[in-house]
Amino acid sequence: MSGIFVVLEEREGRVSRISWEALAAGQLLATQSGEPLTAIVMGASTQQLANEAAAKSVSKVIRVEHPLLARYTSDGYTVALQQMIQKLAPPQVVVFPHTYQVRDFAPALAARMNEVLISDVVAIDNGPVFTRQLLQGRLAGNYRHQGSGPCFISVQAGAFRVEEPGTTSNAAEIAAFTPNIQPAQIRTKPGEPFRGSAQTVDLGSAPLIVSVGRGIKEADNLPIVQELAAALGAELAASRPICDNGWLPMERQVGSSGQTVSPKLYLAVGISGAIQHLVGMKGSQCIVAINKDPDAPIFEVADYGIVGDLFEVVPALTEAVKAAK
Amino acid sequence: MKIIVAIKQVPERDAQVRIDSSGKWIEESDVQYAMNESDAYALEEALQLREKHSGEVVVVSAGPERVGTTIREALAKGADRAIHIDCNDLNQRDALGVARLIADAIREESADLVLTGLQSDDLGYGQTGVILAALLGVPHATLILHVEKTDAGLKVKRELEAGWFQEIELPTPAALTIQSGGNKLRYATLMGIKKAKTKEMRVVTAAALDAAPVAVLDGIALPKKQRSTQIIPGDAKQAAATLVEKLKFEVRVI
Repeated sequence: MSGIFVVLEEREGRVSRISWEALAAGQLLATQSGEPLTAIVMGASTQQLANEAAAKSVSKVIRVEHPLLARYTSDGYTVALQQMIQKLAPPQVVVFPHTYQVRDFAPALAARMNEVLISDVVAIDNGPVFTRQLLQGRLAGNYRHQGSGPCFISVQAGAFRVEEPGTTSNAAEIAAFTPNIQPAQIRTKPGEPFRGSAQTVDLGSAPLIVSVGRGIKEADNLPIVQELAAALGAELAASRPICDNGWLPMERQVGSSGQTVSPKLYLAVGISGAIQHLVGMKGSQCIVAINKDPDAPIFEVADYGIVGDLFEVVPALTEAVKAAK
Repeated sequence: MKIIVAIKQVPERDAQVRIDSSGKWIEESDVQYAMNESDAYALEEALQLREKHSGEVVVVSAGPERVGTTIREALAKGADRAIHIDCNDLNQRDALGVARLIADAIREESADLVLTGLQSDDLGYGQTGVILAALLGVPHATLILHVEKTDAGLKVKRELEAGWFQEIELPTPAALTIQSGGNKLRYATLMGIKKAKTKEMRVVTAAALDAAPVAVLDGIALPKKQRSTQIIPGDAKQAAATLVEKLKFEVRVI
C-alpha cells in the first residue's frame, strides 16, 4: 500500500471548500509519511474539477468518471471507489471531507473492505494518530488504525487550515478511471435538492447574534433571551434542539444543518456546544458563552464566559446593556 | 410492516464525566444513562409507521445489563418486543464490530425496515446504520426526517446541509438512519409502563471479540482549548456589569 488519496467533493460545479481542507489534511499525512498525494474527483463530467485539483500541490489527479455518477448515490459512489482502490495500488490512507454525503457512503465503502471509517477527525499527529471528539465534544479520543487495508478517515469542517495555493510551476498529471457500474446496482432514486422554507432571516449578515440552546428549558422562557437580543440590537438564533421542538423556526438554526455565521459578537445562552453547533459559529469574531456547566464544550471556543444560571445572568445582562446605551 | 429499531444507551447529556484509570474511557459509575436522542426519533418514526400500516416494532440494543432500562423505556413507549445483545466490551468494538453484532442478532428477523439514529451522542461514529445496511445487503438512506410507504417501497425526506432537503425513493427491505426533529417524541404512559413489564425481551450473548478492531481507541483526554477563555467572576449582576464593559470597550459592539 502506498500513497495518500483525498476524495474531493463538488459543490455548484467547483471543488467545495471543505474538500480543500481535506486536501490540507492529506498534505499533512503525505509530509509525515513521505508518500505521494493523489486527489480524486468523481462525477459524470469531471474535467473542470480535475483542472482545479491539478493546480494544487498534488502528485496526481484521478478522474473517476461514469454517466451513472451524474447524481450522487451511495451505491454508485461505493462501487466506483471500491473498484478504483482495488484496481490501482491501494493507498495507505483515504481522506474524505466529513460531509453529509460522505457520511452516507464512506462507512459502507470501508465495511466492504473490512475496514472502518475514522470519522470526523479534528487533528492528526505522527503515527498517524487521529483525534476525534467524544461525548459531544466534552472529551477527545485518540485513534490508531490497525487494519490490513487502507485507512479511511473523514475530517471535520474547519479543523485543517487551507494554505494559500502555492504557485505550482506545472500542473499535476491527470489520469482517468472508468468504473464498471450497472444501473441495477444503484438501488436508490434521488430527487432534486430543494430548500425547506422561504429564507427570510439572513443570519449570515447579522453583525450581532444572541443564540439560545437547550438550557432555556421551555418555550415560555424564550422572552428573556428575546429581550436581551432586542437590547443589544442582535438577531436571535438557536441550536438545533430549540428548532426541533418547534420553539423557533428552522431558519434561525445555526450549525451544520442550519446556517453558518461569523458575526462580530456571538452570545451563546444555554448552549453546551455540540460539534454540529460549533461548526456553524466558531468563526465568529467574539464568542461569549453563558452556561451553568463549567465543562461545557462551548467554553473551548469562547472568548468570554459566565458560569452561572442563565435565568439570573441573562436578565441582569439585559438591564446592564440598557443602562450602558 | 416489520420494523427493527436499533437503539443505544448513552451517558445523559449533561453528565459530568471523569476519565477512568485506564485512560481509555469514562468512569461509568459516575453517570446516569439515557436513550440516545436520535434513536428516540427513530423509535418514534417506527411507532408512527406501525400505527399507519400495522405490523410490528422490535427494538434491539447492545450493551451491559444496565441497557435493560432503556429497552424497557422503548417497550413502554410502544415497541412490541426487544432483543438485548448482552455485551460488556462495547467500547472496545469499532463501528464495524458493533454493526456485526446487531446484524447477527436481527438477520433472521427478515425485517422490512431497519431504523436507527444518525449517530450516538457518546462515540458519535455515525456509521452503525450504514454499515448494518451493507452487512444485511439492503439499500439505505441517511439523515432522514420523514418516511412514507409507497407501493414500490419507501419515499423518504433526507436532510442535506445548510437548509436543503431531498426526496429519495428506495425499495424495501431497507435501512434508514433518522435525524432528530422529524416528529414530536411521545412519552410513555402509565399503561405503557405497566404493559412493558410483560413484553418479550430476548437476551442473546454477544459473540466474543474474534478479530481485533480496525480502529483502536488508544486513549482519551480533555479537548484542547481553541481560544483562551476569560471566565468572568462574580454573581449574576457583577458578571453582567463586567461583561457589558468588555462588550463596550474591547469588543465595541455596544
